[in-house]
Amino acid sequence: MTASALRKPAPKPPLLEVSGLSKSYGTQVGCRDISFAVRPGEVLGIVGESGSGKSTLLACLSGRLQPDSGSISYDMKDRGPVDILTLSEHERRRLARTDWGIVHQNPRDGLRLDVSAGGNIGERPMALGARHYGDIRSDAQDWLKKVEIDLSRTDDKPRTFSGGMQQRLQIARNLVTRPRLVFMDEPTGGLDVSVQARLLDLLRGLVRELGVAAIIVTHDLAVVRLLADRLMVMQRGRVIEEGLTDQVLDDPHHPYTQLLVSSVLQV
Amino acid sequence: MTTTAAQVHKEDGYNFAYLDEQTKRMIRRSLLKALSIPGYQVPFGGREMPLAYGWGTGGIQVTASVIGPDDVLKVIDQGADDTTNAVSIRRFFQTVCDVSVTESTAEATVVQTRHRVPETPLKEGQVLVYQVPRPEPLSRMEPRETETRKMHAYAEYGAMQVTLYEDVAHFGRIAKTYDYPAIVNGRHLMSPSPIPKFDNPKMENNPAIQLFGAGREKRIYAVPPYTSVRSLDFDDHPFEVQTWKGSCALCGSTTSYLDEMITDDRGSRMFVCSDTDFCNTRQAEAASAPDDKAAGEDA
Repeated sequence: MTASALRKPAPKPPLLEVSGLSKSYGTQVGCRDISFAVRPGEVLGIVGESGSGKSTLLACLSGRLQPDSGSISYDMKDRGPVDILTLSEHERRRLARTDWGIVHQNPRDGLRLDVSAGGNIGERPMALGARHYGDIRSDAQDWLKKVEIDLSRTDDKPRTFSGGMQQRLQIARNLVTRPRLVFMDEPTGGLDVSVQARLLDLLRGLVRELGVAAIIVTHDLAVVRLLADRLMVMQRGRVIEEGLTDQVLDDPHHPYTQLLVSSVLQV
Repeated sequence: MTTTAAQVHKEDGYNFAYLDEQTKRMIRRSLLKALSIPGYQVPFGGREMPLAYGWGTGGIQVTASVIGPDDVLKVIDQGADDTTNAVSIRRFFQTVCDVSVTESTAEATVVQTRHRVPETPLKEGQVLVYQVPRPEPLSRMEPRETETRKMHAYAEYGAMQVTLYEDVAHFGRIAKTYDYPAIVNGRHLMSPSPIPKFDNPKMENNPAIQLFGAGREKRIYAVPPYTSVRSLDFDDHPFEVQTWKGSCALCGSTTSYLDEMITDDRGSRMFVCSDTDFCNTRQAEAASAPDDKAAGEDA
């Protein structure tokens, strides 16, 4: 069903529509004139080497950086498409806590390390007004199950978790409020390959099951091959090639993309 | 009024109530702002006081700014009028502004306190000044002050609820017993200073003005009279105050906050009221009318 929905995304209006987005740090270009759209339930991958502007773009999209020019229109649940750059800081923070999720590359940036796993997952519901301890806890445990963390670790602090578990906990903490759009910055960075594979498998399952749209920034082509429906390749702050993931990876047109694809090690 | 008082004290070398008039004006302006936005922490230009930080410099500055020559001052520390901190601060104000002092809660117009709210209910016209060591309730969860200010501005108090969640998860109940966070006027999260949570309900709808001064952090906040102060809790783990099995060994009160006293090195102990004025008043009443009380108990 999902596959056929992806084949003809035209009927659904875009969830996020970016046009002409630029951000520079003084004379240093972060990203320049970026335009694209993400439709509900779609997974967009952004790849490129270090310094190509991927993280700048993601920070601008998720409201952590103010772009120099351009617009970011988001289809809000109750208000329809709104340029999030015109929202007040209060509304933007609220949006980021409810309708969005942000998965950081380093789980330490996205988790409270001195708060138990259950408390980490419960924070978003509590911020939205959940006041029943039993409900918050059972909800948190549901999510721990979904991300394959043993329930006996509910009250343990994330600093005692392995890197892969921390990353899975971070995903659960973000998905508990059922966001419609998740930003992921190198979700598998710093994990060993077998843990990466399990995490990708889990992510793929969750993204398909919940129908959330996701923007995944990574330099790992295997990650986008597995997760992303569409792919954008960035170099020096510009998008140089975009299209369906398989199409871009199997038949790269731009010389830089060809270089990128050919430099993946084959085992 | 204060200028005449200042003249009286000119020969001592101190302005009335130690602080100069400009400083008092500045603090009063902060107090007015704090009263208009209940629970909001107003920054103020805290002055060096002849007292170490942590001993009540914030409370002293607030008291010095609101006290007048006709006021009657009471100072308590952990509920007692005769402990070091209380005695020193009381003597300080006797020296620098010559106001009359009392140990009776009912007679006082200004009460400066550390760690307790008096047991005797406060009335309209009284001012209760709290000494606050750490005014920011969110600082344990969020060390950046730029961020905690935003959290207050947008009423994002989920992080505070997380601390309560952690307590229930680890101890099966909300284990915080003092400095228990409360929402003032349905809007701002406030640290009520390290009073026991036993005293939190007394802040709710209190007829007196409650002022909070933090000297090191240079913040003032306030709870105006008759304002709601709701202690945070969960629906299935409601807010509860401490209870004791026995009664006060000296006055027999079963409703006051009791301190445990170790009486020898073999484990003997007794529980007595922490509020000395409340306890002494009850003992005096019992001594002056022993028959009435006995008759009352029989009936």
